[in-house]
Amino acid sequence: MRLRYPTNIKIIKVPCSGRVAIIHMLKALEEGADGVIVAGCLEGDCHYQSGNLRAKKRVIYVQEVLEKIGMEAERVAMYNLSAGDGPRFAEIAREMTEKVKELGPSPIKNAKKLASKKSKVEVAA
Amino acid sequence: MAKSKESKKVGAVMVVGGGVAGMQASLDLADAGYYVHLVDKSPAIGGIMAQLDKTFPTNDCAMCIISPKLVEVGRHLNINMITNTEVEGLEGEAGNFTAKLINHPRYIDLEKCTACGECSRACPATAVNEFNERLDLREATYMTYPQAMPRGFVIDRSICVGCGLCEKVCLAEAINYDDKPRQTEMEVGAVILAPGNGVFDPSRFETYNYMDLPNVVTSLEFERILSASGPYQGHLMRPYDREEPQKIAWLQCVGSRDINHCDNSYCSAVCCMYAIKEAVIAKEHAHGELDTAIFFMDMRTYGKDFELYYNRAKEEGVRFIRSRIHSIEPEGECDLLLSYVDDQGELQSEVFEMVVLSVGFEVGEEIIELSKRLGIELNQHNFALTDTSTPVTTSRPGVYVCGTLQGPKDIPQSVMEASGAAAASSALLNEVRWTETKIKELPEQRDISEEEPRVGVFVCNCGINIGGIVDVPAVREYARTLPNVVHVEDNLFTCSQDTQVSMAEVIKEKSINRMVVAACTPHTHEDLFRETLLEVGLNKYLFEMANIRNQDSWVHMSDPEKATAKAKDLVRMSVARAALLEPLEERMIEIKQRGLVIGGGVAGLNAVLNLAQQGFEVVLVEKEKELGGLARHLHRTIDGLDVQKYMNNLIEEVQTNEHIQVLTEALVVGFSGAKGNFTTEVLVGPGMYERKIDHGVTIIATGAVEHKPNEYLYSEDDRVMTQLDLGNFLHENSKEAAKWQRVVMIQCVGSRNEDNPNCSRVCCQGAVKHALELKELNPDMEVIILYRDMRMYGLLEDYYQEARSKGILFFRYSADQPPQASRNGDGLQVTFTDQVLNRPVQMSADALVLGSATMAADTEELASLLKLPRNRDGFFLEAHAKLRPVECSSEAIYLCGTAHAPKLMSESIAQALAAASKAGSFLAAEELRVGGAVAVVDPERCAACLVCVMSCPYGVPRINEDNVSEINPALCQGCGVCVSECPGNTIHLGHCEDDQISANLHALLEGVI
Repeated sequence: MRLRYPTNIKIIKVPCSGRVAIIHMLKALEEGADGVIVAGCLEGDCHYQSGNLRAKKRVIYVQEVLEKIGMEAERVAMYNLSAGDGPRFAEIAREMTEKVKELGPSPIKNAKKLASKKSKVEVAA
Repeated sequence: MAKSKESKKVGAVMVVGGGVAGMQASLDLADAGYYVHLVDKSPAIGGIMAQLDKTFPTNDCAMCIISPKLVEVGRHLNINMITNTEVEGLEGEAGNFTAKLINHPRYIDLEKCTACGECSRACPATAVNEFNERLDLREATYMTYPQAMPRGFVIDRSICVGCGLCEKVCLAEAINYDDKPRQTEMEVGAVILAPGNGVFDPSRFETYNYMDLPNVVTSLEFERILSASGPYQGHLMRPYDREEPQKIAWLQCVGSRDINHCDNSYCSAVCCMYAIKEAVIAKEHAHGELDTAIFFMDMRTYGKDFELYYNRAKEEGVRFIRSRIHSIEPEGECDLLLSYVDDQGELQSEVFEMVVLSVGFEVGEEIIELSKRLGIELNQHNFALTDTSTPVTTSRPGVYVCGTLQGPKDIPQSVMEASGAAAASSALLNEVRWTETKIKELPEQRDISEEEPRVGVFVCNCGINIGGIVDVPAVREYARTLPNVVHVEDNLFTCSQDTQVSMAEVIKEKSINRMVVAACTPHTHEDLFRETLLEVGLNKYLFEMANIRNQDSWVHMSDPEKATAKAKDLVRMSVARAALLEPLEERMIEIKQRGLVIGGGVAGLNAVLNLAQQGFEVVLVEKEKELGGLARHLHRTIDGLDVQKYMNNLIEEVQTNEHIQVLTEALVVGFSGAKGNFTTEVLVGPGMYERKIDHGVTIIATGAVEHKPNEYLYSEDDRVMTQLDLGNFLHENSKEAAKWQRVVMIQCVGSRNEDNPNCSRVCCQGAVKHALELKELNPDMEVIILYRDMRMYGLLEDYYQEARSKGILFFRYSADQPPQASRNGDGLQVTFTDQVLNRPVQMSADALVLGSATMAADTEELASLLKLPRNRDGFFLEAHAKLRPVECSSEAIYLCGTAHAPKLMSESIAQALAAASKAGSFLAAEELRVGGAVAVVDPERCAACLVCVMSCPYGVPRINEDNVSEINPALCQGCGVCVSECPGNTIHLGHCEDDQISANLHALLEGVI
């Protein structure tokens, strides 16, 4: 369908969103990502039955951790969509990019005074 | 499996038609050891299902679920796809046919075409796009739909102006204007007909004004309108002005149940469900409130969980109006006026902005001609003639049929029949199994454990698909600077056959041990490149793909600079991950060459017999003393089959077959093992002696039971009986029955209510069958059927029509006003509210017959032993409602008959054959590949905390004798949930290790901080 979305979205492929561990999301932020999307199947429609629900719990946990350390929880987000729904993916990509732009560069980068770098968003799907 | 050399039989099968049925039959047969020629007259396979937006009752996206099948068919070593081709004739006999084909020219060489699409973009000529139901245009050089298989373009020479532009832009040199039609012949042992069907053309209905009113569309057009890849990109719009409609009506039975405008008296069996689906999905698409109204005669939601879907639609506000609309009148600029009489008898008029005609199936002229050429008989409606007991067998031996040529039906039923037709072919050709198939010989894999990573990077231009946006030479030179990279090149088409050859050479020459291809998408091309690695003796897991087309050049077309930078990021990420890739071991384990069938009713018996005819040993376990199940209480089917005679023959055939062992009075008490190697413990006979059966596959055929009513004086008065009781009574006491003056039948007893919301599917035809029988016994007898909707779906409609013409009376009652039965002295009385008079009617009856529900058998214990899920009604759950209707969620366990859902005998038999086909295909492989990208526990570090046991969605990990967790590679699905949950980090997932994900992240974010 060749739908446009911002170039700062880079995708890391995993077999199931249930494979995305807490450490992976935290590592992405630690390495300087401005945002992390965990993209899983629609709830109730998981290709691996329930992996997406596990991922959801972990995303919520990471959001709590971020809040505790004074970072914006919205930098990590779980999205559910069907593999055939390209328009929704493009929409999510734009939505998250906008959100991250509003939040500004990750404070982890700020701390290292490298705020001028471009924003990057990770996707795990 | 004896392979007789003298046999004249041919171990190849021709499947005609590449829709969902044809694809399924091909896959089953190719897996079972037969070479398949899949012939389709169009340039791409996929059939009507590829055109659908969503599918009922799960609302799955049709393309999402069919596209993996398309890819599987396209890649299968033993399926030869022959598109643009028609069958001219068929000579010979069962086991040895010669098929004559005419291959129409494609004008584009599929061997060379890479589906890059440049030809189509250059093409100046346009034509009506049939795939989008003529709602938009396509080029003369085109691909039917984006996921089309085979993946290649075609030139429509009827509108091609011959300008030569496509030839000029095709860098692969695939265009051939001089392509000519060819005649070919091939030898096959059996033929499966799955050509599908057309839909009714509503322009024949003058009063519907379909040709003149743009906002009157067919249901298939509406599917395309809803589809994200359709003419309006999935936006709900009406054709006249592309505005979003606020009010849409569906008119049911257009070209079905109609002997007035056309001769299609049958019911098309799918339209009620698809209309509900379209209304629900349209509401989802709408931006505001969308008013949807379905005008129908009988709501036929008879399938598994269909009634729940209907109920949900009502809750979501879809209006259901029981009326057949006579005409559609124009109103204002482009609106549409419908007039109808409502339930109260009042004349109503409503204006709609769009009207969808729910068109039925119709066998087209082309298919009738094809059937003639192949020499098979058609019935009065032009569907292939078959028998109840042999639902996939045509009048010509060795020629089988499935899908909508057999009769109107939905996708799951088509898929079942397709597998059933494959089973029938396999039983015919068993002795020549594996004689025509191809096997790929591969060199031994090189041991790279001592080598440093040596990465080769291949960057694809994909014609200009990537190279036109991304600066490929810059990406190539950048890749050269990355760690561990020993070779870099860019290709016009990395996937082309000549590149595979040069790739193999360079891998050997430079001792490359990890390969990165930066190109289109692993979804379509990963297997191709893995194959190339295997051919040079490298493990297929030493491959990584950087997606620089679908996730880069195609979606960032307007910003080449950023797209190039992203391509570099993606290549860097892939190279970093590639260096950490490990070869993964896959080993072969033997499959126990025996099947076990649980349940000896009509489904179980057919499954057992077919598996035995396919040459496999089978054990049949039946808990009762006698074989036969519920069919032992049936005497005639509606189309006149003598059930007892049929069952006696079937049982005798089963009992005398040398491959079959029958255990009666046998109870399953234990079940262990995994696909390919199960062990079932059975207690047999009055002595309850224990037997252990080792088997590779399991078929569940435990059947269903008739609901015993507790209303309408049942079991209080002998004159009140169920349809099953009446069948027995008619068989034993027909003289007594002939004396009856009036018989009343009540439908939906114990179904379509709160306790049991689903429809039992078979009771309407049961009532009509017995009503006709009673009329035959005594034409003066008054037979009255009280119903809610007469669900005489498909060709059953004929009997409904016959019943009415013979004077059987049908009165509809509503669920909130059920009929009452009472005794008045010796008399039996029935009271009901007539919907036309809107007042109570009371009458006496000599017999009151209850159309009692079909309920799931008690399988709670069995389900828990086999760990099989059941739905809320207690019927076993299939792996996928649409495309995997006979497979259970656990592999190598299959399902058939009424254990799956209520169904007719012919449908049970088709599903039994389908289960036997799946089982046969699984056993025929003889070996099973296990391992690869699965989870592995490190026993040294496992604390047996049970987190993996609890988190696995499939219940695979178990704590073994050494008190540590163990994951059976044959059962692991590779999702990685346990790996990410394990608190001790002691579980690894092959090909998706933590260090590999970290390397991805690290490389991607290199330089950010």
